[in-house]
Amino acid sequence: MLTKRIIPCLDIKNGRTVKGVNFVNLIDAGDPVELAKQYAEKGADELVFLDISATLEGRNTTLEMVLKVAEQVNIPFTVGGGISSIEDVDRLLKAGADKVSVNSSAIKRPELVNELSNKFGNQCITVAIDAKQIDGNWLVHLAGGSIPTKLNLFSWAKEVETRGAGEILFTSMNNDGTKAGFANKALARLSEELNIPIIASGGAGTIQHFIDTFKLGKSDAALAASVFHFGEIPIKQLKETLKENDIAVRL
Amino acid sequence: MKLVIIDYGAGNIKSIQFAFKRLGVEAVLSSDPDDIKNADKVIFPGVGEASSAMKMLKESSLDRIIPKLKQPVLGICLGMQLLCNHSEENATEGLGVFNVAVKRFSNQVKVPQMGWNTITNLKSDLFKSINDNAFMYSVHSYYAENCTEAIAVTNYEFDYASALQKDNFYGVQFHPEKSSLAGEQLLKNFLQL
Repeated sequence: MLTKRIIPCLDIKNGRTVKGVNFVNLIDAGDPVELAKQYAEKGADELVFLDISATLEGRNTTLEMVLKVAEQVNIPFTVGGGISSIEDVDRLLKAGADKVSVNSSAIKRPELVNELSNKFGNQCITVAIDAKQIDGNWLVHLAGGSIPTKLNLFSWAKEVETRGAGEILFTSMNNDGTKAGFANKALARLSEELNIPIIASGGAGTIQHFIDTFKLGKSDAALAASVFHFGEIPIKQLKETLKENDIAVRL
Repeated sequence: MKLVIIDYGAGNIKSIQFAFKRLGVEAVLSSDPDDIKNADKVIFPGVGEASSAMKMLKESSLDRIIPKLKQPVLGICLGMQLLCNHSEENATEGLGVFNVAVKRFSNQVKVPQMGWNTITNLKSDLFKSINDNAFMYSVHSYYAENCTEAIAVTNYEFDYASALQKDNFYGVQFHPEKSSLAGEQLLKNFLQL
């Protein structure tokens, strides 16, 4: 049976992880390669690296990091952040990334999704969507969630599926950072209306939240950052508890 | 040991090269027919779309060379699918090594299948020291039907052939280079065939 995926997300700037990471037995908490290896050993199913470098030089350093992760880590990983062209994707995939994630650039020019999936196959194109529920309407936001658009989450998700997205990474801005659980109603609706995998993001605080997003939210994968980085939820314990709750996981 | 990865422009080769490097073996990328023919072991990778991959193979005449290889050959993902008779993906004629058709999953399930699934009914030395129900990582929209040449079966919508073997030709639908320890064991086994 296909299992539900648990995905730690790491923010990368100039080839180093930023935001707090607090792992025991880690010599250098900022080294993404070391962190990625530890996560792979602890049972993470996949990893996402979000590049928040603002400069070209920073992005090139990230490219070197991708190469090192590919060299040393034996599970799949996705790289997102600032990707806006076929050339960007080509460089990342050649460096060993398994998938790329596009967000704002797809909103600005939706044809990009067609171009990327035609060139590289839809299996490696993830479309990330940041959305916020305002007066009952889920509105897609640009630039890391800072700028609202007029796009509706569900119609935009359907559009990128049609254009060739291989999966959707949906972050609910209402839930992100709250540690109060994932946006399961919206996630379940996405899963029902679309026929590609949906990754839940934003709101993870407890193991129960993961159980809920797989059962109520019908998510195919769940992504989180701080609960993993600070060891609040050990991945092995999370997966064991999911299994006890009849959710298929890789143990 | 001379290990060659066939380079015909289909991506994701780096990961396979790195996976062998972790096992202490340098895999050489090559599109040169003599290099490929003289290798001890050959990897036939593939990511992307079947008809354009087939076109690239034809342009370099590799479509005629690959089916005649005598040493162990391992097709991975699209590489495995191209070794089959025919694929529904843009009605592509394959290399015809494996006598099986490649079809698309229906919309009863999410397509692509993305993630970790189990392999069962393991029937080859390729799976030595790998447990029945081991997890492997897959990303694909098309599958080879379960058939007599299947050496592993996976269930998604139904049972399909997640690995195939005929004589010196092996194929796996999943990505051993991305499948943690079980995947590493499989690559190690392939090197020892």
